[in-house]
Amino acid sequence: MSVLIFVENWDGKFKKLSFELVSYGARLAEMLGTQAVALSIGNVENSELEKLGKFGAAQIINAVNDHFDVFDGQAFSALIAGFVKQEGATVVVLSNNNSGKAIAPRLSVILKAGLGSGVSKLPLSITPFIVYTKVYSGNAFSNLTIKTDVKILTLAQNSFELIETENKAIVKNAAIDLELASVKTKVNEVQKLSGKILLTDADVVVSGGRGMKSAENWGPIVELAELLGAATACSRPVSDEGWRPHEEHTGQTGKIIAPNLYIAVGISGATQHLAGVSSSKFIVAINTDKDAPIFSAAQYGIVGDASKILPKLVEAVKELKGK
Amino acid sequence: MKILVCISQVPDTTTKVKFIDDFKKLDTTGIQWVINPWDELSLTRALELKDDASNNIQTVTVAHVGLVGSEPTIRKALAIGADDAIRINADPDDAYFVAAQLAHVLKNESYDLIFCGIESSDFNGSSVGGMLAEFLNYPSLSSVSSVKIDNGQFCITREIDGGKEIVTVPAPAVAIVQKGIAKEPRIAAMRGIMMARTKSLKVVDPVAVDSLTEVVKFEMPKPRAACRFIDPENPRQLIELLQNEAKII
Repeated sequence: MSVLIFVENWDGKFKKLSFELVSYGARLAEMLGTQAVALSIGNVENSELEKLGKFGAAQIINAVNDHFDVFDGQAFSALIAGFVKQEGATVVVLSNNNSGKAIAPRLSVILKAGLGSGVSKLPLSITPFIVYTKVYSGNAFSNLTIKTDVKILTLAQNSFELIETENKAIVKNAAIDLELASVKTKVNEVQKLSGKILLTDADVVVSGGRGMKSAENWGPIVELAELLGAATACSRPVSDEGWRPHEEHTGQTGKIIAPNLYIAVGISGATQHLAGVSSSKFIVAINTDKDAPIFSAAQYGIVGDASKILPKLVEAVKELKGK
Repeated sequence: MKILVCISQVPDTTTKVKFIDDFKKLDTTGIQWVINPWDELSLTRALELKDDASNNIQTVTVAHVGLVGSEPTIRKALAIGADDAIRINADPDDAYFVAAQLAHVLKNESYDLIFCGIESSDFNGSSVGGMLAEFLNYPSLSSVSSVKIDNGQFCITREIDGGKEIVTVPAPAVAIVQKGIAKEPRIAAMRGIMMARTKSLKVVDPVAVDSLTEVVKFEMPKPRAACRFIDPENPRQLIELLQNEAKII
């Protein structure tokens, strides 16, 4: 019995979401009276693996491989299922990111294990096993019972705090079944967004809407984002108009994000937009219309013209940062 | 080549959801049901692929798990341009149940490409596509924003954390699609609406499958505190509040 946490790496490194996953898995293991085991697949150095111990993993399975250079949901699911059985894990925890979404449902079928997607807190109850999940795109939540012996959970990004401990993990090297590595997916090209803070990873996001009026007016948004170490985002009309790339569209059909701070500039806050940002811990809205629905989702608001307000904000942040 | 598009029916995305029976059931009074937005985009892309004769696509079929009440939604998909439809006559219990029903029907069919939306806007589970692929033992590509056909293989763009990958995969495969797959959902024209009435909508009995999960209760989000308005002449105050009161910058 254990909680198995699949911890993905990016070029051999972990990131904040990896540590969130381990913190979550360790707390869950405590609730279940068992231990948290982290599973890493790939080439990760021991010094990096040991970081997982600090967040509460009792053991780390280090499945070293040079063969899974293509991410293939089918192969990864089969491989992880093997470790779940070997460890006798009763709960499997993955991220709700792109790869987690590719693996978790397949794993659910292989193991005939119920799946709770995008959980943001620890289970409400262990017997029966009830988790809290977002439904109707954030307009409601569900208490979902997982009825099977083995449970699979995907954790929403930036929803669980990091909990550092004195714990040191034992790293165990494990062999992997190379037959699983014969994948059908072939990668032809990779386009990386280099040097940018990923929207889904960002703690702070500065976002512009139709109220910005045109692509040329984006300068202060980008500047404010740079000063705050934030990612930039936009509403759907903006990406549809081509003012900003589609990758920046946040909202129901775009990216669903949960930063600590979301600054919405010139965004009215349609239901579909709020569905993508309502899990943000703080929302700041700047809009000319005092009745815009964004203000009912925001903690702080300024009614006014963004072109006048943004430069003043930029100045204030510069002073704050002592620049 | 044959394409299948799995569609789910959801409340219109602007619906203010309400619950009845002590928060156990959705109040369906006055709800406008629509095709799940990502499924509608999938259907649009499937039809675009079929429009290009060089892709040599014979049919685009839609499949749905639901009771007779969802037939207007299926007819809408036929009106938009799908050639025929399959409805598995069951109340969709959970994602596993839905995927198992679809897989059972598809076992004896041969679709080269199966489209599923990345999630449905009601349960947001991102589950059915991957589950279906595993039941069928097909490769699945998730977070897909572009699908092209190249020499009988699929050339697919998928999002990864920090960028995009362009991959190829042979048929049969499941593409689980998100934003970008098609610009705007295709809208039914009058001729399509007329034709939809005569297109084949096959009703299939479900098989016995136990669901793995069950919603025991719904909850409404906690109301947010009222917005604190800051003088537009003094936006500096916002930065001070974020630093000293909210302590987030």
